[in-house]
Amino acid sequence: MIEAERLTRCYGPLTAVDSLSLSAEPGQVLGLLGPNGAGKSTAMRMIAGFLTPTSGTARVCGHDVRKAPLAAKRALGYLPEGAPSYGEMTIREFLVFMIRVRGLERDVAFRRFDEVVMRLELEDVLEQTIGTLSKGLRRRVGLAQAILHDPPVLMLDEPTDGLDPNQKHSVRMLIDAMARERTILISTHLLEEVHALCNRVAIIANGRLLADATPAELEARSRYHGAVSFSAAGSAVSREMLARIPNVANVEVDPLDGRVTVFPRAGQPILDEVQALLRTQNLEVSEIQLERGRLDEVFRQITTQPRGAQA
Amino acid sequence: MSAVLAIARRELWGYFVTPVAYVFMVIFLVLAGLLTFYTGDFYDRGLADLQPFFDMHPWLYLVLVPAVTMSMWAEERASGTLELLFSLPVTISQAVLGKFLAAWAFIGICLVLTFPIWITVNYLGDPDNGVVMAGYVGSWLMAGAFIAIGTCMSTATRSQIIAFILTAAVCFVLLLIGQPQVLDFFQDSVPPKLIGAMGQLSIARHANAIARGVLDLRDLVYFFATITAWLAASVVVLDLKRTR
Repeated sequence: MIEAERLTRCYGPLTAVDSLSLSAEPGQVLGLLGPNGAGKSTAMRMIAGFLTPTSGTARVCGHDVRKAPLAAKRALGYLPEGAPSYGEMTIREFLVFMIRVRGLERDVAFRRFDEVVMRLELEDVLEQTIGTLSKGLRRRVGLAQAILHDPPVLMLDEPTDGLDPNQKHSVRMLIDAMARERTILISTHLLEEVHALCNRVAIIANGRLLADATPAELEARSRYHGAVSFSAAGSAVSREMLARIPNVANVEVDPLDGRVTVFPRAGQPILDEVQALLRTQNLEVSEIQLERGRLDEVFRQITTQPRGAQA
Repeated sequence: MSAVLAIARRELWGYFVTPVAYVFMVIFLVLAGLLTFYTGDFYDRGLADLQPFFDMHPWLYLVLVPAVTMSMWAEERASGTLELLFSLPVTISQAVLGKFLAAWAFIGICLVLTFPIWITVNYLGDPDNGVVMAGYVGSWLMAGAFIAIGTCMSTATRSQIIAFILTAAVCFVLLLIGQPQVLDFFQDSVPPKLIGAMGQLSIARHANAIARGVLDLRDLVYFFATITAWLAASVVVLDLKRTR
């Protein structure tokens, strides 16, 4: 369980994180989403105990990071941004060092070491020096280090940054597999990641929490939510006919590929009517789609609105 | 405690996987030997002791210890591993102590490796090995004080070069401050009591006292107080940097 309570951090005159309150329960994967420089990493660094909050506090499994930092850190697995590690060590040496610093019991340590190495597929590279590894491998070593002590809370700062699609997929599988009984906080600026991983999203910009919802709820805010788009060969569909459907608010035609998007009035289903119309017009529809909503559009809309306006 | 040892072990190991340790050892041993035999009147004095050898140590440490300590925290900060280290269940004091112990142990190893000089003097004459032992202890304590100063400077700056220069400067002042010429210089402008206090601050004076074979409690207290104070300052600096 992670709770942040009015977490604030100033660098001189700049407020990097502004009174951020969040909480995530076991079983949740909470995605911190925001543009670069939004304060995601700063917030995570405070929760991890690396930075001291200017005001406010955070709790990891009920342990206050300011009053009981060691207990909080014991419950936490953390992958810092860029997955820093000691470049001159081999992967094995690095993980053994982590085991020693965390003071894991001998038999637990052996079991966890084997499990983590297997899960992150590090068997073949254990004796390689970390400094010579590829970016993707380094990230996996960082992840291995974070889950080594089987923590109830995981905090991953851009866990798939710099990974190729296959590696991204395997890291997401890993996070998914661990999500059931753990609390996981990940930061990202990749919207696809939100779909793939998170069951809740917190959007922050300029250090402030602007939205806290499920991905579906966010998509529902999109003007594309419930819209119907289709590509029809042959004669151009008359926009007027579509616009005359009672619940249709607007019709747009992509000037490049001729794809038609029909927007509904707020919350009204229009798929059936549009399909019926297309049938009566005898149009050859090659593909028709009911839009769920576009996260990127909602993200842009939320994060670019002027400061002070509430989402 | 296991965390302190884990950190100390990693650091000490870190010296030996990079060329740092070997370069340092070779230079230290060569210089210690050369300076003792050529500029230290080792033979001409006609005495079977290691006094000229130990007399050189403050000046060797002045150049070499800052080179060992300059990367201690500065590099950790530059490479981002500081964030990793401080997200582990380790207090800042434990981390500082661990790194200090590693550097101190490393200098200890270098001192042990000077044993051929000790064998030489035993072959040539009949020295008081108790005094020789005390000389080693004094030298090692002095190295500890220098390392603690270097630790503090390394926490204060991201730049290794600045850490090196600051460490060397502070150590230089602490070496000079007890020299008669320096104290004479301040004779007219500073009250005599303060002159005495300045003399007591001198690292060389306490190290020499121990090197004469007298393990006086006051000298031991001096070194442990110096080491503790600088390490405590390091902890404070590191903690301050988390809030800024």
